[in-house]
Amino acid sequence: MNLRAVRAIYLFEMNRTWRTIAQSIVAPVVSTVLYFVVFGGAIGSRITEVDGVSYGTFIVPGLIMLSVLTQSVANASFGIYIPRFTGTIYEVLSAPITFFEIVLGYVGAAATKSIILGLIILGTASLIVPLQVAHPFWMMLFLVLTAVTFSLLGFIIGIWADSFEKLQVVPLLVITPLAFLGGSFYSINMLPPFWQTVTLFNPMVYLISGFRWSFYEIADVSLEVSLGMVTLFLVVCLLMVRWIFKTGYRLKG
Amino acid sequence: MMETIISVSQLSKTYAGGFQALKAVDLEIEKGEIFALLGPNGAGKTTLIGIICGILNPSEGSVSVGGHDIIEDFIKTRSMIGLVPQELTTDTFETVWTTVTFSRGLFGKKADPKHIEDLLKKLSLWEKKDSRIMALSGGMKRRVMIAKALSHEPKILFLDEPTAGVDVELRKDMWEVVKVLRESGVTIILTTHYIEEAEEMADRIGVINNGEIVLVDAKTELMRKLGTKQLTIELQQPLDRIPAALSSHDLELAAEGTQLVYTYDTQAERTGITTLLNELYQAGIKFKDLSTSQSSLEDIFVNLVKRPS
Repeated sequence: MNLRAVRAIYLFEMNRTWRTIAQSIVAPVVSTVLYFVVFGGAIGSRITEVDGVSYGTFIVPGLIMLSVLTQSVANASFGIYIPRFTGTIYEVLSAPITFFEIVLGYVGAAATKSIILGLIILGTASLIVPLQVAHPFWMMLFLVLTAVTFSLLGFIIGIWADSFEKLQVVPLLVITPLAFLGGSFYSINMLPPFWQTVTLFNPMVYLISGFRWSFYEIADVSLEVSLGMVTLFLVVCLLMVRWIFKTGYRLKG
Repeated sequence: MMETIISVSQLSKTYAGGFQALKAVDLEIEKGEIFALLGPNGAGKTTLIGIICGILNPSEGSVSVGGHDIIEDFIKTRSMIGLVPQELTTDTFETVWTTVTFSRGLFGKKADPKHIEDLLKKLSLWEKKDSRIMALSGGMKRRVMIAKALSHEPKILFLDEPTAGVDVELRKDMWEVVKVLRESGVTIILTTHYIEEAEEMADRIGVINNGEIVLVDAKTELMRKLGTKQLTIELQQPLDRIPAALSSHDLELAAEGTQLVYTYDTQAERTGITTLLNELYQAGIKFKDLSTSQSSLEDIFVNLVKRPS
């Protein structure tokens, strides 16, 4: 195992984060605070409790997930797309490093960044609304699994994309809508029965539900199902990355 | 006895679009030599280098580096190789120091600030070590790329058109660095358009065209071919044949007997020109003009690559 290479990529990517600290960390925190003000404060004050929790408190896990999902995809897709775009990828491809190590470096850095971001948002939220975390271990587990899974997805998107437009399309047209419709702002029990069934095809529902359970012990689907779905999604992404590297898809002519 | 460090065997590459960039190429690079690969644009130079370094997948054939297969044992082969690609591709926002240190780590070498410092000094980059790469000139960026390739102390260095678009001073600096590297035992493979560069630096020269190696020869061998000159003597009266008195010289009749062409070796101690002219005078052959011409490496090269394939 070329640990020095993994470390080099990881530190290089983290370095990029610190250099672009404003857009990496501050911007998502600001937008999350805006969500709290609008949905939690202004609108939320007129909504009664959801599943026994005040609305402002209820949306905290969903908001954290929304940011972690979108930022994981954005970080990882940019991390690998930029070297492809500028051509500096030649060095990584010519280095004595396995594909697994490359992924570990890039995805590890992207996931680290979103986990830090998630925790910052959690901290920020705790200043605004009353919060409790019933199961810290499960909360961290869901946070880490989600960050890793969606960083892998971002990595795949960054390899698949051959233009900046494509790089934006999936996050904008797929990830964000699914996260919004996945129960970030509501319990799916609030939907008509037909839409409740449709919603179950949205993988985000399981992530958000499991994550919310770790806070308030309220969930739309059972914990086991949530965990199973997250793991399944992780495995699918891993298999796709493995295929990409085996075939050299979009990386090697 | 020379030791082979890179062995390319029946290597072919066809791109997805159907373009065949390499056609069953065989090539052996010897340890410690400077090998120049000459060829026009699109000849397959960069493709060949790309495959050896692991950036491109080969379609057919095999390559071994230091006795290891580049696919099976890529960790071993790539550790030995440093690559300076043709395009100036750099991390614009990084500093010189971080980017060169990154390269060393990427190749799995233990951090060695002293080595990086020496390298940057040798390449006249030390004053710029904390500058962002985007603030550097093109020539400086080229030096950074060389520093990156040398950061992990490779045994083999590929320089793909290293002096394209580089000023004379930097070119000279670069050749100094190459010479020092060669003295330390590094094998160097370079591609170039500048024939004088190949002449100046290389031990052996390979010519590639249309994906095929047209010729591989020691530079001295090519220089010997280059070293012949021709003296053309314009005669006042055409000759039917070369007079017996002149048969000891390497002479040919040309232009329907109006020209005598004498081929001689410029490297030889005696060119034989004085004797020939004396003997022409004694044989009563009068001439109106004299001219000499020399086939350059460039002529050889142009002839080789223009030959219909």
